[in-house]
Amino acid sequence: MAAKPRIKVPKTAAAGDVITIKTLISHKMESGQRKDKKTGNLIPRKIINKFNCEFNGNTVFGCDIDPAISANPFLEFSAKVTESGTFTFVWTDDDGTTTEASKDITVS
Amino acid sequence: MNISRRATIRNSIGLALSGVFAAHVSRVAATADDTAKLIAEFAGDASPAEGKIKLTAPEIAENGNTVPIAVSVESPMTDDDYVESVMVLAEGNPNPEVITFNFTPLSGIARASTRMRLAKTQNVVAVAKMSDGSVFTDTRNVKVTIGGCGG
Amino acid sequence: MSKKITLVKYSAISAVVLFAASALAEPVADKLVIDDELEMMTRVAPPEGHPLSEIISGWHYRTPETRALEADSFQNPGMLGVELGEEFWNKVEGTAGKSCASCHDDAATSMKGVGAGYPKWHEKTGRPINLELQINQCRVENMGAEAYKFDKGGQKPLTAYIKHQSLGMPVKLNLEEGDMETWLEKGKDMYYKRTGQLNLSCASCHEKNNGKYIRADHLSQGNVNGFPTYRLKQGTLISTHNRFRGCIRDTRAEFPKAFSDPLMALELYVTWRGTGLSVETPGVRQ
Repeated sequence: MAAKPRIKVPKTAAAGDVITIKTLISHKMESGQRKDKKTGNLIPRKIINKFNCEFNGNTVFGCDIDPAISANPFLEFSAKVTESGTFTFVWTDDDGTTTEASKDITVS
Repeated sequence: MNISRRATIRNSIGLALSGVFAAHVSRVAATADDTAKLIAEFAGDASPAEGKIKLTAPEIAENGNTVPIAVSVESPMTDDDYVESVMVLAEGNPNPEVITFNFTPLSGIARASTRMRLAKTQNVVAVAKMSDGSVFTDTRNVKVTIGGCGG
Repeated sequence: MSKKITLVKYSAISAVVLFAASALAEPVADKLVIDDELEMMTRVAPPEGHPLSEIISGWHYRTPETRALEADSFQNPGMLGVELGEEFWNKVEGTAGKSCASCHDDAATSMKGVGAGYPKWHEKTGRPINLELQINQCRVENMGAEAYKFDKGGQKPLTAYIKHQSLGMPVKLNLEEGDMETWLEKGKDMYYKRTGQLNLSCASCHEKNNGKYIRADHLSQGNVNGFPTYRLKQGTLISTHNRFRGCIRDTRAEFPKAFSDPLMALELYVTWRGTGLSVETPGVRQ
């Protein structure tokens, strides 16, 4: 069982506002630099290497992530909203699996 | 517990000292040269200038595994004039790459925060590339301490 | 024989210069208010018989960045564990076909205040038990499920979830029941007993030298009101008994098993030392 990603987006905003978005996702972010204490072998790298945020189908913000990002990656960024709609969030793992989530906002 | 006498002495003396110590990493650290190379690739033809970008990081990190950082860049963030991306590098980590934030005019403001790992006391560098190709950079030195308790 | 003597000598030297004061050494004056709404009691007057003049939460000993992380319930990474705990709360397991919620419904109501009162006297086994063992009792006796092994399965998230329902409420133990007073004394003995090659007791660091530095670590009073707590070092929730074992290990001593009589007595005593502090679970520490 894994925790769901946590996402903070204001429920409402005025047209033209720049809002703050925060995300937090559960992931060990295994850097590939650590050794297994018992065997002495390096533990293979397994991280989230990509994050993307779209609003109504257009890219708002994204990032390419390296193993130097801490466990349970936290991201805070901004978005300018001019209409009501849906933010979608995608985290991509080294093994190709993705975690997706979305949040709606009403803009007046 | 099976600890050699010498190790015990060494550790005891080490433990007795209060101050800033480098973390143990399984690979030798990257050098400032590696960082310079990555910046040159990122910047293309432009030469990085100071200003416009601000990197925020603590002077002393309580634990190198979780260090909060933030970047912000002055820009109107219009379709014609915006920040394309900000690359963050750590000179003294096993690999200098940390994260690259990719912005769009829809970002509204070019700012982002995250938490990163630092293997030891070192410089963290942020480099911003604007839509017109110009490049700006900012550097912070972060001291990484090792705890007295099994750190 | 000579080796042993040398070792003792070096340990003694290290113990003398182990603790260093600094200009920044005192716990900071600041207020912990979660999400600008819930003010936490982080500095309180001690109960009768307490050795310290003021009880101070470990939060005051951390850097501004770490303190801010706990004050924002969204950013607090320990909340991922709490939310995972909610899933375990609702998960049907065992032969009875029940989840925690089958009997206890909404934890926000049924578990409010519960976590602030553990360890509790347990008549059947004739010893105090902590929340982890109470969960295991429920699993075995009421759900027909297997007990969680130490720090495994849902143990840490579920414990954190249940304790989080008491966020802000003061730690208050019931010492009237059974032999709680005897166990409290046992825990006190353990707290003051020097142990390991470094010859340190809990009190050496957390009573006599809190506010000072041990190497680069700012020593707190060692209160457990924020456990399970998110440690930046491990990047995950850390249980009370894991932390006890780590502390004892660092004195270079053999450490007792989790949930053993010595550690249960110690948990009881250390929890009592934090009487009146708000439950902070999940705390954020270095």
